Amino acid sequence: MQDVLIPQLFKTEYRKIIAVLCKLFGIVHVEIAEDIANDTFLLATETWGMKGIPQNPKAWLYTVAKNKTKDYFRRNKIFTDKISVEFKFSQIDLEAFDLDLSDKNINDSQLQMLFVICNPLLSKETQIGLALRILCGFGIEEIAEAFLTNKETINKRLYRGKEKLRLENISIEFSNNINQEKRLETVLTTIYLLFNEGYYSSTQNIKLRKELCIEAMRLNYLLLENETTNRPNVSALMSLMCFHSSRFNARTHKNGETILYNEQNKENWNKELIEKGEHYLLFSAKENQITKYHLEAGIAFWHTRITDSKEKWENILQLYNQLLQIEYSPIVAISRTYALSKARSKPLAIKEALKINLNESYLYHSLLAELYKNIDLEKEIQHLEIALKIAKTENEKKMIHLKIKKTIN
Amino acid sequence: MKEFMMIFRNEKSNNLKPSPEQMQSMVKQWQDWIGGIAAQGKFISTNALGFEGKTVDSKGVITDGPYAEIKEIVGGYIIVKAKNLDDAVKLSEGCPTLLRGGKVEIRDVMVFN
Repeated sequence: MQDVLIPQLFKTEYRKIIAVLCKLFGIVHVEIAEDIANDTFLLATETWGMKGIPQNPKAWLYTVAKNKTKDYFRRNKIFTDKISVEFKFSQIDLEAFDLDLSDKNINDSQLQMLFVICNPLLSKETQIGLALRILCGFGIEEIAEAFLTNKETINKRLYRGKEKLRLENISIEFSNNINQEKRLETVLTTIYLLFNEGYYSSTQNIKLRKELCIEAMRLNYLLLENETTNRPNVSALMSLMCFHSSRFNARTHKNGETILYNEQNKENWNKELIEKGEHYLLFSAKENQITKYHLEAGIAFWHTRITDSKEKWENILQLYNQLLQIEYSPIVAISRTYALSKARSKPLAIKEALKINLNESYLYHSLLAELYKNIDLEKEIQHLEIALKIAKTENEKKMIHLKIKKTIN
Repeated sequence: MKEFMMIFRNEKSNNLKPSPEQMQSMVKQWQDWIGGIAAQGKFISTNALGFEGKTVDSKGVITDGPYAEIKEIVGGYIIVKAKNLDDAVKLSEGCPTLLRGGKVEIRDVMVFN
């Protein structure tokens, strides 16, 4: 019981305690928050091991966290005196002090931390790393696995990130972010990348990948719950993530290999998530703003339609056309060309594909192979072989190998 | 990569009254052509111009219409990236203006340092 309970509580409660403490001390003193939260869990592990699990473990943790915070103030009189002015603790009444661990304050604190962490001064990797550590309660090891790197690299990255925030003396006050619209965009980009990290990651650990997706959606949900940040682009991103997640189980084999869209068992698409996605998509249209999330959510919506109609691909093509005008990316250019072949014709798509010239990408050659199917067998095999040669991960190589075998037979 | 502007010129036509379906299909044609340029990572921006307009000359005389004495009007423009003028000319292939008997003028965008 204890083996499961503590990690579980760590996952759900650690991040809440951290967020509330960070709001209290300021992001600059994030280490203090981490120390207190870590001490709380350490004490839980020791005490519960000896005396058994308390009736209400969560309340137990909160009480300990509150007491440890009080102790901290008591023991560190110097600290309190030194920074008391800036943190308004000069008149702190230790006896009356209470750490506010109400649901409302937890949500507010997490939202504020989200805005602090998603600071354009930090690299995207650092933002995601800090978000995973502080807002999602991920261990360093898990973060390292998600980024396909080692613990030292992550530790260094997080440390430097926190130092940078300290040096810049970043204010935690959410309302102080003057250009909040711009900051919200940065937050959304980080959430979007976090989701993609889980959805497209090359790590074979399916459980971890799913968790990254869920965390991204949870953080996005925090934004939707707040009046100020509940904007159409936030709904659009939520819609996009719901549509994508609806295929999570259908698109991965048990061993972590990807199953391509056309080969997925549509019965395994999650209807509830598709409906949620539709709900948020409708909501995202309430103002006249069109962002890349709106367009991507639209594309994802059409992919949840099972029947392969001309209308479906025409809509997907037009959305891709618009998306590319907002932001070019090779993968979108490749997908757009595929949509062109479905909505118009393969020969036209081949002509356009040759213009986009992304020779270094294995996906580009997979696309060309797909377009030459039933038109030019020699070219089809030729492109599959190039794709196999330049594919990087085992997963990719396996998929292409399978295609070559199918084509030759 | 340099920037080039393509200016779309068409002969003014008063009896052009496309049906909603025709308009929809024209929008698709334009979007497919622009999407093709964007898929090459060469798109910068575009704008279409409406039919409302006046022309002011150096004496301060204002004439109705967006055209002075020529029959052609500018319908819009697109700014693209290309290696050189020839490369930019290649991008004009499939431009819906050309399908309707119009002309595409391709000009380099000057850079001042």
